[in-house]
Amino acid sequence: MGKLYFKKTSNEEKSDRRRPKPETVQFLLNYSRALRVVDHKKMKFETFLN
Amino acid sequence: MNDTKVPDSSLVRDYLDGNENALGALIDRHQHRIYSFIYSKVFDKDISEDIFQDTFIKVIRTLKRGKYNEEGKFLPWVMRIAHNLVIDHFRRNKRMPKFDNNGDFNIFSVLSDEGLNAEKQLIKDQIESDVQELIKELPEDQLEVLTMRIYKDMSFKEISERTGVSINTALGRMRYALINLRKIIEKRNLILTN
Repeated sequence: MGKLYFKKTSNEEKSDRRRPKPETVQFLLNYSRALRVVDHKKMKFETFLN
Repeated sequence: MNDTKVPDSSLVRDYLDGNENALGALIDRHQHRIYSFIYSKVFDKDISEDIFQDTFIKVIRTLKRGKYNEEGKFLPWVMRIAHNLVIDHFRRNKRMPKFDNNGDFNIFSVLSDEGLNAEKQLIKDQIESDVQELIKELPEDQLEVLTMRIYKDMSFKEISERTGVSINTALGRMRYALINLRKIIEKRNLILTN
């Protein structure tokens, strides 16, 4: 009978829902990898590497 | 990897030194808290997702531009960015939907108030406070399980972990708590219905 309670509780499911989608996190990681900031004199230029 | 021992400031430093994995660790560590904070303000999954993304884009750009100077306070800094973006969102969406009720169509014919009326709400509040008093008469172990299950919405697995008893014991205590509660109600000739 106890095994019935080993599935995720509603609270745990709610907690899962309170996270960004994995795609969003992956996008941010890719964005970070692609972004380069180049200093030129007192200016900063952002470039993206694809 | 047990990354809980690595302080945020070290991960930020690693990231600034070019270790992209450090950003992944920071996001992984704080995503739940930041996303929950945003969601608690906007109550919309898609908007929360957008604001979360914008928050970290701002974090990444600031870090890569070398403008971050709050070492050791990474989370409060990110939360502040998220907070500001939430405010921006509400500023952009200031317009509220407005219903004019001057035509043939009456909006209140399709919008109904699902809440209880004042009398039923009073009865409900009274019943709830009566029940809270009644459960105090239960034995301590049964009261503990019942409180965790009903008032704290914990699963029996969580209750068993918290109280250090098996799930079946927790289930048994819950069962006896309900049986005893019914006996107490019968003994006192109470009617607890709305």
